[in-house]
Amino acid sequence: MNILIFSLILLAGAYVAGLLGSLTGLGGGVILIPLLTLVFHVDIRYAIGAALLASIANSSGAATAYIKEGITNIRLGMFLEIATTAGAVGGALLAVFTPVNFIAILLGVVLIFSAAMTIRKKTEHIEQTGSKLSYTLKLNSTYPTPAGEVAYKLKNVVGGFSIMLIAGVLSGLLGIGSGALKVLAMDGAMRIPFKVSTTTSNFMIGVTAAASAVVYLQRGYIDPGIAFPVVLGVLGGAFTGARLLTYINPRTLRIIFSAAITFVALEMIYNGFNHQF
Amino acid sequence: MNIFRKMLGDRDIELFIGQVLRTGVITACSIALLGGIFYIAQQGAASVPDYSQFKGEGADYTTFRGIFQGVAQGSATEIIQLGVLVMLATPILRIFFSLIAFALEKDRLYVLITTIVLGIILFSMFGGLKI
Repeated sequence: MNILIFSLILLAGAYVAGLLGSLTGLGGGVILIPLLTLVFHVDIRYAIGAALLASIANSSGAATAYIKEGITNIRLGMFLEIATTAGAVGGALLAVFTPVNFIAILLGVVLIFSAAMTIRKKTEHIEQTGSKLSYTLKLNSTYPTPAGEVAYKLKNVVGGFSIMLIAGVLSGLLGIGSGALKVLAMDGAMRIPFKVSTTTSNFMIGVTAAASAVVYLQRGYIDPGIAFPVVLGVLGGAFTGARLLTYINPRTLRIIFSAAITFVALEMIYNGFNHQF
Repeated sequence: MNIFRKMLGDRDIELFIGQVLRTGVITACSIALLGGIFYIAQQGAASVPDYSQFKGEGADYTTFRGIFQGVAQGSATEIIQLGVLVMLATPILRIFFSLIAFALEKDRLYVLITTIVLGIILFSMFGGLKI
């Protein structure tokens, strides 16, 4: 295969990854890494480098729209970024000492968890009273709904912060945005309205990924021949996905896709145990 | 009235931050696209490097010096890496602007929080993490 054909196929693959990632809410990296490793037989380290870049592109590209709508809680994002960036740098450092097979297995487990998170039942909750720390840190805010601005308060700030630390480590170790875990921290532990937690999580992914990506760049994980088709493809796909989301209801797609991701994840775990990486 | 004015200011800063992010991504993608087109035009017919073996990139692709020297010589792959650098710089720049924004609001707590985040990222950039 020559470089031209390889680049074009990779571009198309990354486009589909970006499209499905945005439609299902899984994010581009979750699909991209299995695609690169299992289909293109790219070493998982190059795949991680490329996926981190794609996460930054996605997060930064989409944040503009959400900020404009006033949904993103910037103070909350900033505060939790202490946990995610510290975790991400730690994760990137750990990656050197972690066997590649273990990374593949761990990634498989996280993929299954992410798939389960996307199809779970979502119940919206808006807390009227916040914890003491939520007032001290000025984390309580409002967000726009069709019925007007709605005020919400936060619970369990310490719990959410701790989960974010883990999300950061996984992001640094595996090169994914670990958006599912971030939403779990905000939605599950801190009781933030669903829309606010998804958009704030997305806003934070760029900074988290950048913290570990600078380490990966210096280590030579980012190859230009893989980086350019992947970044352009994923970003293009995510843009198309965001447009399509206003017309279609992705519920069925999510279920089919979560099942597919689970199979892919099992294959990664299987390969990891058989030292195929 | 005072509160209203303060909120409006807050909102302007948020919109500005959104703009910084968008501009950064568009710039990074344009550079990467340009580099990619050169790369394919120059080496498109060559066979694909063996990516199944991890070798790690050399100084040309991993250091500021290497990347800028390559760009100055018009090397396609270094132009792509320059796009990568801009992409990485975008969220870091965003934090920097947030820091200024919180300082203007005289929000000391958030100036501190933002400084910590910026410190962690700068540590990972310059902390000699190369092993």
